[in-house]
Amino acid sequence: MNAYDLVVVGGGPAGVAGALTAAQAGLRVALLDSGARLGGQYFRHLPASFHASREGMLHHGLDRFVRQSGTLERLADLRLGHQVWAVTRQEELLAVHAVMTSDGPHGHPVELPVVLRTRALLIATGAHDRPLPFPGWDLPGVLTAGGAQALLKGNLVAAGRRVVVAGTGPFLLPVAAGLARSGTRVAEVLEANGGLGLAGHPWLALSKAGEAAGYAATLLRHRVPYRTRHAVVAAHGERELTHVSVARIDRDWRIRATRTVECDTLAVGYGFVPQIDLATQLGCDTGHDLDGSPIVTVDASQSTSVPGVYAAGEPTGVGGAVLSELEGRIAGLAIAAELGTPPAGEPPAVPGLLLRRRTRLRAFARALQQAYPVQDGWQSWLADDTLVCRCEEVTLGAIREAQRLGATDARSIKLLARPGMGWCQGRMCGHAVACLAGQAPQPPRRPLAQPITLGALERISDDKPN
Amino acid sequence: MKDLAGARPEPAFEITVDGRPVSVLPGQTVGAALHAAGIRSWRTTRFGGRPRGLFCGIGVCFDCLVSVNGSPEQRACLLVARAGDEVVTS
Repeated sequence: MNAYDLVVVGGGPAGVAGALTAAQAGLRVALLDSGARLGGQYFRHLPASFHASREGMLHHGLDRFVRQSGTLERLADLRLGHQVWAVTRQEELLAVHAVMTSDGPHGHPVELPVVLRTRALLIATGAHDRPLPFPGWDLPGVLTAGGAQALLKGNLVAAGRRVVVAGTGPFLLPVAAGLARSGTRVAEVLEANGGLGLAGHPWLALSKAGEAAGYAATLLRHRVPYRTRHAVVAAHGERELTHVSVARIDRDWRIRATRTVECDTLAVGYGFVPQIDLATQLGCDTGHDLDGSPIVTVDASQSTSVPGVYAAGEPTGVGGAVLSELEGRIAGLAIAAELGTPPAGEPPAVPGLLLRRRTRLRAFARALQQAYPVQDGWQSWLADDTLVCRCEEVTLGAIREAQRLGATDARSIKLLARPGMGWCQGRMCGHAVACLAGQAPQPPRRPLAQPITLGALERISDDKPN
Repeated sequence: MKDLAGARPEPAFEITVDGRPVSVLPGQTVGAALHAAGIRSWRTTRFGGRPRGLFCGIGVCFDCLVSVNGSPEQRACLLVARAGDEVVTS
């Protein structure tokens, strides 16, 4: 089977921009995404069967993204519903291993392995919400902010009837505004960091108008209270969420006073964790984002330390959709120049204008991250019996016990008490466990980026073209 | 809600969840359909017997696992529902 020039993993703003740019330069491109539609988290949108005529109302820039996706569909090999679990080196090429679910006999889904070989790889795998543990955070009705957003933007389902939105960062605004506009009662928006309320929101201060101002206006119109230095410090209910404890907190996030707020849903998020598993599998150099998150180190052309492997968007540092798209475009141009594609003529080098724009957008992203740090005081919200690891049901008490037994770092704590050993492989609790161990979160070491069944592994055959 | 996006969804179909019918708009995930039907708690944990449902909503946390047409451990938040799907919770 012929190799691709470029395989892109991830169909969000960065991946689509990278794939489109490279395909327009004449490269043979494939793009894989685990979702049923392109978009990733930011441009998650409704299925065609919803015939939504005003979907652009739900998010900024969607119409343009949909046009780009349409062009990409004609120019590249789009493989949706593909979960990439590993990338390996095969001589001069890279082998991208994925599984896709297909109908087997009797309508039972069967996982089929897919292997694509390529000269270059673009990692555009985005990020997922970063939750913090607190008592009751595993109760049904408690969702990540991104989860609430996915229900609305991808399914037109409101996360609940009476919702509290809490956490830190600019992302709380679109989540709350989207819910309010859908007719959901948003009881309160609670921002753990400081600021002068909605009017003095750092996002507004930095960008003055546009997207942030629109969300702020929506919250005002729906009379949604926006409170800084407040957090949800406990969730309560029997089988489902019925109310939360809301605390006024100090600069370090220590509790000053609490009250109870009734709600059936809590949408909570404390920033994002870049997904860099594929990069660490390949041995790419990593560094730390301003907030301590491990990220992939890239040069001016979005190239990682491993030849032929590029990264764009959140894996290189959380910066939002506009920066992601720009990084994807720069990567696409750089890859096309590197691979020297026909037709001959001027190689599409990266214009200085794009590089200067990237510098500006990265500075903006850094300023936002600085305005919304995660302060250590959250650890004081936990009791001994609070779950830290949801999958393996490991409590704070069990982690402290492991530390007493001599586990001084996050990895030893994991080996002794099992946080991070379950289904999600530490994606939900990894940041928290590192903080509890007094460490910066370490780059992931996951030989498998997605779970894969033994049956699917068995069906891999290098002889058959996939 | 539909007005928000000017949506005119195609006619709903049914799936069953532990034998009980649940209405789904074509294109919705199993998890979204359950949530929309007011079913928000559908899994019980191994050790503490704690209730679980959707949490991350994007395929990362694995809290929303269900069995679909006999296939175990499917992420309800990712799996697009199809008419007649038999969903079983644990």
